Amino acid sequence: MKFRDESLQVSRRNFLVGSVSGAVMMAFAPAGLVGSARAALAEKQFSPTVWFTVDADGRTRVNIAKAEMGQHVGTALARVVVEELGSDWSKVSIEHVDTDPKWGYMVTGGSWSVHTTFNQLSQAGAAGRIALVEAGAKMLGTDPGNCSVEAGVVTCGEESVTYGEIVAAGSIERTFTDEEIAKLPLKPAEQRTLLNSDTKALDVPPKTDGSAQYGMDVELPGMVYAFPLLPPTRYGSKVDSVDDSKAKNVPGYQGYEILEDPSGTLQGWVSVVADSHWAAKKAAEALDVSWEPGPTAEVTEAEILGEGERVAADRQAGYRFVDHGDMDAALEKADKTIEAVYRTGTALHFTLEPANAVVEHKDGTWHVHAGNQWQSLILPVLAKALEVEESEIVIHQYYLGGGFGRRLFGDYMIPAALTAKAIGKPVKMVFDRPSDSRMDCVRSPSVQHFTGCFKGGKLLGIEHGVAAGWPTKAMAPGFMAPSVDGQEAVIDPFAINGSDHWYTLLNHRVRAVNNELAQKTFLPGWLRAVGPGWIGWGVESFMDEVAHELGEDPIEFRLKRLDGAGRNVGSDPNSVGGAKRLAAVLEKLRDQSGWGKDLPEDEGMGVACCGGQERNMPTWVGCVAHVAVDRDTGEVKVRKLSMTIDCGTQAHPDGVLAQAQGASLWGLSLALHEGTQFEAGQVKDRNLDSYKPLRMADVPELDIQFIRNDHFPVGMGEPPLIVVGPAIGNAIYNAVGVRLRDLPIRPEAVKAALGA
Amino acid sequence: MIEFTLNGQSVSSGAPADTPLLWVIRDEFKLTGTRFGCGIAQCGACTIHLDGKPVRSCSLPLSAASGKTVTTIEQMADDHPLQVAWLEVQVPQCGYCQSGQIMQAAKLLEDNPDPSDEEIIEHMNGNLCRCMAYPRILAAVRRAAELNREAQS
Repeated sequence: MKFRDESLQVSRRNFLVGSVSGAVMMAFAPAGLVGSARAALAEKQFSPTVWFTVDADGRTRVNIAKAEMGQHVGTALARVVVEELGSDWSKVSIEHVDTDPKWGYMVTGGSWSVHTTFNQLSQAGAAGRIALVEAGAKMLGTDPGNCSVEAGVVTCGEESVTYGEIVAAGSIERTFTDEEIAKLPLKPAEQRTLLNSDTKALDVPPKTDGSAQYGMDVELPGMVYAFPLLPPTRYGSKVDSVDDSKAKNVPGYQGYEILEDPSGTLQGWVSVVADSHWAAKKAAEALDVSWEPGPTAEVTEAEILGEGERVAADRQAGYRFVDHGDMDAALEKADKTIEAVYRTGTALHFTLEPANAVVEHKDGTWHVHAGNQWQSLILPVLAKALEVEESEIVIHQYYLGGGFGRRLFGDYMIPAALTAKAIGKPVKMVFDRPSDSRMDCVRSPSVQHFTGCFKGGKLLGIEHGVAAGWPTKAMAPGFMAPSVDGQEAVIDPFAINGSDHWYTLLNHRVRAVNNELAQKTFLPGWLRAVGPGWIGWGVESFMDEVAHELGEDPIEFRLKRLDGAGRNVGSDPNSVGGAKRLAAVLEKLRDQSGWGKDLPEDEGMGVACCGGQERNMPTWVGCVAHVAVDRDTGEVKVRKLSMTIDCGTQAHPDGVLAQAQGASLWGLSLALHEGTQFEAGQVKDRNLDSYKPLRMADVPELDIQFIRNDHFPVGMGEPPLIVVGPAIGNAIYNAVGVRLRDLPIRPEAVKAALGA
Repeated sequence: MIEFTLNGQSVSSGAPADTPLLWVIRDEFKLTGTRFGCGIAQCGACTIHLDGKPVRSCSLPLSAASGKTVTTIEQMADDHPLQVAWLEVQVPQCGYCQSGQIMQAAKLLEDNPDPSDEEIIEHMNGNLCRCMAYPRILAAVRRAAELNREAQS
């Protein structure tokens, strides 16, 4: 991935520390910069990606370029900086910043934030500490080597000086070259005081008293309200005619705009403008719009899945993502094969804060106010839509009322922006829930075809075809990946990750296939856990099928193949320990869950494990689900989820636990509760009357435990989601002997399987 | 004009009588702590108190507030046991549903000083948390009840 290691982005940059207007500012700057650090910092000639200050009261303020959507990311990143900086944690605050080229590439997703910025933030903190200690030592009349730092106090023997006092002296001027920065020794793990220890999240207080500001809460002087009317298909619809004679009876109605979008994102949209949100919505309902629908107006879920099944099964289709051993020979040699098709249906993001944006053109700049996860992706699209330069647009960040990958694409800003441009006024557009659902970049329906081949009672290998709509192809083609046989930019890595798992197999082939009907019908999204979210369902369920075929205990079967051999040995630092760490997780989980104990009739336990979002950043997760199946109704009740996780160093352990709780319940919700279908080219379920995410009463007993260590931190926002569905499917099999292969698992399907 | 009491102040609104109270509170009276989620009274993000009872303001017409007392999250004291418990347990993730969760929970604690887990779940089940912070919401309601009882003993 081009932006995988954000430290690479600053490799040609110096790090500046300097006294500026009563504080000490610390930031990266272009290496070619001449002149003093203080002057450069004062004029903001820096390219920080991280930028923080310490003031004369010893308060540290860390600017955060990542979106806050519930992961307490600012707290985690500030912990990483301050661990090395050595300032007083009780005086740390964070600030979420607007788009500006100086921040570098702005994206919050992939469970990457802590992992990809860890080195850079640690080094920046260390450089800041060195500069402050040098200045402090001078004030104490000693050598920096004689000083120690704790909570913003520099101490030498009996004497000490605080960071605040050092800052107040106002004499700091220090530049570190990129070589010096790279060589700074970071604290040995045993000397850490913040990482791996608990704290309260800095974003929690405003979220308990209603004061947190979301995009939805933005209000500008003179703004009008707009409401969107969506076309019957995502692509290719045209507005034939609009009759607003009835809308004119709605008090406050101002007019409508047919949105022409030069970026091509919106095709056939109408925007209704009024004095209030309610008036705009009512006028929109009264507006009579006739569309010429696009070509996918009749497409159904069954057709999309059918196309997926066809191409997933076709061994010539798609691009090779894994090709280990000689799969063709293995298929030929086999004396037995088992095949299975695993499917997942459409799912919505359903962020509780519906899509919204406020856009104003003021003094030559387009100000876009909206919570967003990937500003660098939408900025060029907005520029195209508005027909202006990117430098003429600033995206203002807010708390996100849920992200889950939905706000990686800022397409919801475009109708507000085009309306504002058309009418020459600031516009606030708030989608209602059904419109939000219809515009959602949903989790694509997916189909996986597995062939396991055996000879003489031994597993020879697995052939695996995965078909789905590909978000990266649609929205960020620059991030497409090559196939293992060297074809460039042909695979959506986010829609295939997880199929390259950590089990040692003699022969293993994975084909990534784009479901073209899905791609044409809707905009596939990066829903939480993305590819691993559906691929884990197939891989971990099929592994169980193979284990049962071989007559092996599912945990034993996995442990035997998580041997850390060959390509599964792992590498320092990201995946140090390799598959053996996942094996250790499973071993702990076996004890933790009481695996193998006697259970009442029609109850069972099932196991699943995974290496997180991608091989380059494995989060080691195992889950045992304990379920009870009601044979009469087909209902599956999850009694308990036991989970073991090794995610290395935890920047904010309670935040890690919160993510594990939320992500595992998301996994449960996608497995048993929520889901929709395409019907006539659109998602059928658009609100909570029929779209049914997990509620409090559905929460099972959760036992989440961690293997704690000091390894390099990896992602935690998504991975626990991956294992829950297959653990439940495998538990159902162990409870009542039927194999469910479609997600979500519906009682009717369980009943049908039991009756068959 | 429709008159009612909003967080202890007498107010009047000239919005059309069918306007959901939510939009009047948010857009006219600028109290944005009450959130819009589903618009059909099924997520609970818009929960406020009408004459002391939790209601879904997204589906309550302005006319229904006439002459009544409306209370929103902004009126809740910072040292309310629910907010203390919410901080202690570190409940919110994205935070968007939390005003509604807290307003919903407030009524339960008023009526039932020592609710069982089953009673909490029954009372809170209509409030969706998309981040699924449910285990912490449950723990925090339990903790708030305990804080209440401690304060009264």
